[in-house]
Amino acid sequence: MSDSNDAPRKPARKKVELDPRFLSYKHVWVYIEAERGEVHPVSWELLGEGRKLADQLGVDLVGVVLGPPEARTRAICEEAFHFGADRCYLVQHDALRDYRNEPYTKCLTELVDTYQPEILMLGATTLGRDLAGSVATTLATGLVADCTELVIEAESRCLASTRPTFGGSLLCTIMTQRHRPQMATVRPRVMAMPDADASRTGEIIEHAFSIVETSIITKILQFIPDDTRDKPNLPFADIIVAGGRGLKKPENFQLVWDLAKVLGAEVGASRPVVQAGWAELDRQVGQSGKTVRPKLYIAAGISGAVQHRVGMDGADVIIAINNDSNAPIFDFAHYGIVGNAMQILPALTEAFRKHLAQARKAG
Amino acid sequence: MHSVVCIKQVPDSAQIRVHPVTNTIMRQGVPAIINPYDLFALEEALRLKDRFGGTVTVITMGPPQAEVALRKCLSFGADHAILVSDRAFAGADTLATSFALSAAISKVREEQPVDLIFTGKQTIDGDTAQVGPGIAKRLDYQLLTYVSKIVDIDFGKKEITVERRAEGGVQLLKTAVPCLITMLEGTNEMRFGDMADMFRAARYPLKVWDRVAAGIEDVAKIGLKGSPTVVGKVFAPKPRSQRAEMIEVHDNDPQDLVVTLLAKVFTRHPKIEAEIIKRAS
Repeated sequence: MSDSNDAPRKPARKKVELDPRFLSYKHVWVYIEAERGEVHPVSWELLGEGRKLADQLGVDLVGVVLGPPEARTRAICEEAFHFGADRCYLVQHDALRDYRNEPYTKCLTELVDTYQPEILMLGATTLGRDLAGSVATTLATGLVADCTELVIEAESRCLASTRPTFGGSLLCTIMTQRHRPQMATVRPRVMAMPDADASRTGEIIEHAFSIVETSIITKILQFIPDDTRDKPNLPFADIIVAGGRGLKKPENFQLVWDLAKVLGAEVGASRPVVQAGWAELDRQVGQSGKTVRPKLYIAAGISGAVQHRVGMDGADVIIAINNDSNAPIFDFAHYGIVGNAMQILPALTEAFRKHLAQARKAG
Repeated sequence: MHSVVCIKQVPDSAQIRVHPVTNTIMRQGVPAIINPYDLFALEEALRLKDRFGGTVTVITMGPPQAEVALRKCLSFGADHAILVSDRAFAGADTLATSFALSAAISKVREEQPVDLIFTGKQTIDGDTAQVGPGIAKRLDYQLLTYVSKIVDIDFGKKEITVERRAEGGVQLLKTAVPCLITMLEGTNEMRFGDMADMFRAARYPLKVWDRVAAGIEDVAKIGLKGSPTVVGKVFAPKPRSQRAEMIEVHDNDPQDLVVTLLAKVFTRHPKIEAEIIKRAS
């Protein structure tokens, strides 16, 4: 008991007739997350995924845009069309200027009740998780967190959401058969970014949402933006060098930094390394850390537990260095080196440095 | 002031292994721990008690074994502990779990008003971060997720000011008490319990509430019945069709090996080479 929505329970029944009450629930919705006029890229990634689901169901893909009454809020709808939306529900209200749970939950819940989507997807960001949990509870419907794969089950038209479970060591497929909408969150960088098509347009449907500011209990006193200069931005890094427990000592983790510096790469880390304090939390790659999609991922001294794998599987090229030839990472890396990371990392750093010097000369 | 802290006993996921042949979870010998994120919640509640006085009640929903986790919380200094445990709760997803916990908290509230509810930002086994928001919604409490700092509490005005981690920055929020707070990791460090609390924890007459004691009449809202999500198959991730291409270490000379590797990677993936050169120049 008290398991979250992923413990093995009774297997899903094979054939489920859709409740007639649900026949009115149509279309695939993506919540377009925007704060201070900036759209979180996960929203576009979700539109890419939502497009496939909507096409399979033969319904429209709809973007939901909530924000303050400004030209920028409306412009976000146009961008959503470029990324695949057919239609956007647009709500503009001063109470929606900055994210607060209460007005956002009320607004999104009202939209769902009014227009009845079959599927509603949100990014698994701090905002998306806060909002999704509240909306799903209000609607008393199912919500599946951190999905890595979404498909429509042909027979039942149900959304089959796959997510990591047991700390990422297994995957499970979850369905919401008897409730609508079917809700899911997906982390940034799990789905591929779709190409934008600037010629695509769609229909904007404005929805009038009424709420009185004085009735909203939580007030925002201040927003303190992160000083982004020093913050690692792993999810969007193109090259990542990551280190794991195989590096043995905190001093050896410097070898990862050395290589990263030569490559102009970000530094990543496995969970044990972060827990041991060799690297900051922001650098953790995996189920309880960040999901990354770099062009190149170099993993040194990382065994490749599924918990780590789910966070970096989307890398174009994975090079793994590990002294255990049976380490699971060699089952999914593209290139493997069996050897001592403490010797190979400096060798790699030196070789890249030389190669770059030559390239610079030639260039 | 009365704080309720919701915790969960979880398997130490770092120690879970998957059977290499059957692809099933090997749970034997995996220690059960208090969800690490919940300890940040408990410590924060205890710090408020240190400052303002009051009571801390810890609640968990789980099997009888979860008693161990509750006694641990008592040994850190929690005053009361309630185990919400009934076979009828089995198979609960996050919606059904938040229903059962909110019912139990309502029951607690009848005896003593609850000012703050604390949870960790998520559990390490489910990782959903959904139960906290669910409880807040059901009790109609203001919800403050990913709280990194409690800045101020004004008991006269019944107001609380917190810092909350948001996308791209930190929100400074003021809201009304009662409210539900989910604590971010790394916000404090769990204290060591003192001797007196350890003895008290061992002797504490734990309250175990079944469905009826928790005040739940509608069985359709708990356990499997109350769970809109249904788990289908559980499986191990597919191995990639091909194992990594292994680069041999010749005569233990890493330099040689690296040259071979670079030649291969750069020939086959010219984009990566271009990317690196672009960065370095």
